[in-house]
Amino acid sequence: MASAEEVAKAAERRDVRDRWLLSAPALLVILFAATGPLLIVLVYSFLTPGPYGDVKWQFSSDAWTSVFLERDIFDDTLSLAAAHVTIFWRSIKLAVVTTLATLALGFPTAYFMATRSEKTRDLWLFLITIPFWTNLLIRTFAVLQIIRNEGIVNTILLKLGIVSAPVQILYTDTAILIGMAYVYLPLMVLPIYASMEKLDFRLVEAGYDLYATRFKVLRKIIFPLVKPGVIAGSILVFIPALGAYVTPSVLGGGKNMMLSNLIELQFGQGRNWPLGSALSITVMIIVMVALLAYVRNAGKSGVRHG
Amino acid sequence: MNWKTTATAMGLALLASTGLARADGVLNIYNWGNYTSPDVIKKFEAKYNVKVTITDYDSNDTALAKVRQGGTGFDIAVPSQTYVPIWIKEGLVQETDPGQMENAKNIAPEWANPDFDPGRKYTVPWAWGTIGVVVNTDAYKGPANTWGIIFNTPDELKGKVNVVPEMGDVMFAAIKYVGGQQCTDDKAVLKKVRDLLVAAKPNWIAMEYNTIEKMGAGDFKATSDWNGSALRQRLANPAIHFNYPKEGYGLWSDNVVVLKDAKNVENAKLFQNFIMDPENAAGLSAFHRYANAITGSDKYMPADMKDAPEVVIPADAKPLGELQQMCAPETQELYTKIWTELQK
Repeated sequence: MASAEEVAKAAERRDVRDRWLLSAPALLVILFAATGPLLIVLVYSFLTPGPYGDVKWQFSSDAWTSVFLERDIFDDTLSLAAAHVTIFWRSIKLAVVTTLATLALGFPTAYFMATRSEKTRDLWLFLITIPFWTNLLIRTFAVLQIIRNEGIVNTILLKLGIVSAPVQILYTDTAILIGMAYVYLPLMVLPIYASMEKLDFRLVEAGYDLYATRFKVLRKIIFPLVKPGVIAGSILVFIPALGAYVTPSVLGGGKNMMLSNLIELQFGQGRNWPLGSALSITVMIIVMVALLAYVRNAGKSGVRHG
Repeated sequence: MNWKTTATAMGLALLASTGLARADGVLNIYNWGNYTSPDVIKKFEAKYNVKVTITDYDSNDTALAKVRQGGTGFDIAVPSQTYVPIWIKEGLVQETDPGQMENAKNIAPEWANPDFDPGRKYTVPWAWGTIGVVVNTDAYKGPANTWGIIFNTPDELKGKVNVVPEMGDVMFAAIKYVGGQQCTDDKAVLKKVRDLLVAAKPNWIAMEYNTIEKMGAGDFKATSDWNGSALRQRLANPAIHFNYPKEGYGLWSDNVVVLKDAKNVENAKLFQNFIMDPENAAGLSAFHRYANAITGSDKYMPADMKDAPEVVIPADAKPLGELQQMCAPETQELYTKIWTELQK
């Protein structure tokens, strides 16, 4: 007969086994749907490009070298990959500026929504989510119709006699920024609104009672309390903005590559899948570093509720 | 009428409707988007009692990558001449020997024995065309039969020129403009090409595919483009003209192949033969707006295409055209670097 200890051990083993079996579906999904494809990207980045696309199963670190370094095709000198750095920098800059622009527009919007009466709040929330019902491409083309040379804005300006020739907005950096800010604004508004809604406005009143200026109330009371929402919104905007493809292509005219175009080039006409994979992973690393910076920053100075 | 005679009558009717080549079933076509005439497909479906499905792709690279993975379920694809040798070399297509099919006699002599498929052992011509310069003559009235419109833009067109971002086509044009040979790996020539492109870019407004709409709306006043696209633009605005650059221009040709893992090989072969019929070839042209390489199709062509300068190459421009080739992978790598430099 088994001792009590053995019975307990067996029960524990069974327990462990059951736990594994029960979590197996989740683990499989994580492994195959999330990690698996990324591992393939990682493996491909260390292979040799096939002559006409695809890869040859032959180890090579050339892709990673050429992410950062380039051999000049004319004088054969090795130098920093200036073209790649320029493109990376352009994308990062665009993502940062988009985040700031959506924050500047989204923060007051969220404040406005949160300070309405409870009934009307739902209506405003509903209005903010409407753009999500439409495909990104269609929203971008709608912006194009507004700002193009024979579009709404220019037609009105011409009719009013404010300008004599159409203002070239389309295919400029301004056009890209307008499009990006429009497309990503809801992603900024919603998390800030979620924090703002929970904000106890009696604290704001208390601030005024203690003779704080409006700016001081904003800086010392409202902003610290909604900071988690601001951070969440910034992350939600920054990450997709970094990899934005449709909006810069349609509104920017495709003359200057973004990161996403550079990666697409490698899988398309450039036929260098390993380089495309290496570039993709580099983007992930940039995002990860940015996230860590955000989170550490938030952890240090975050004000706790309650 | 009892059930026996009814059944017999129905059976006979069915037999009659399917004709001799009984190819009941399906045919899955994998083709470029907005490229396949629904009328011609309907005619094919009715004639052979075959249900046709069409799936779109947007680039040769996409199509190649997908078919290479296998298991697509497609029977037919339509790669460009530059890619056909790769499809053949990698064993992705079947040797259906269209050169020996009944309608092969209709293939125009200059397309009957192309370098990319000698003797037409695999491919049937679908469409062919040219790549040149399109100019809106309201904006610029000077001579436009030169790549100089793109690479050395006249003042009137500065900031109004678009370039279709096909790396191979742009490199071809730029190399021709500096006097080189296509697919050259001569560093002296390529250096000139790089400098030319980098200097030209500030005069361009965009690098986009969407030329028909943008030329029509006036966002662009000139663009590099395919001839069929130019034809549609002229029909919308008579001031828009297609020009054959005197430095030399590229010719392309898309071709119907039957995939190695096709499930409906007989139907695919029927289709290959079917589109070499002059009337059907003209039907395809009427939709995609390109020439079709089938002799005798001109009399079925739509009126606005019969003498269209975009489709019928003028005699003096004819010798300047050159079929574009696939460059060697090492050369391609150089081109990608120049392209990245251009678009950085």
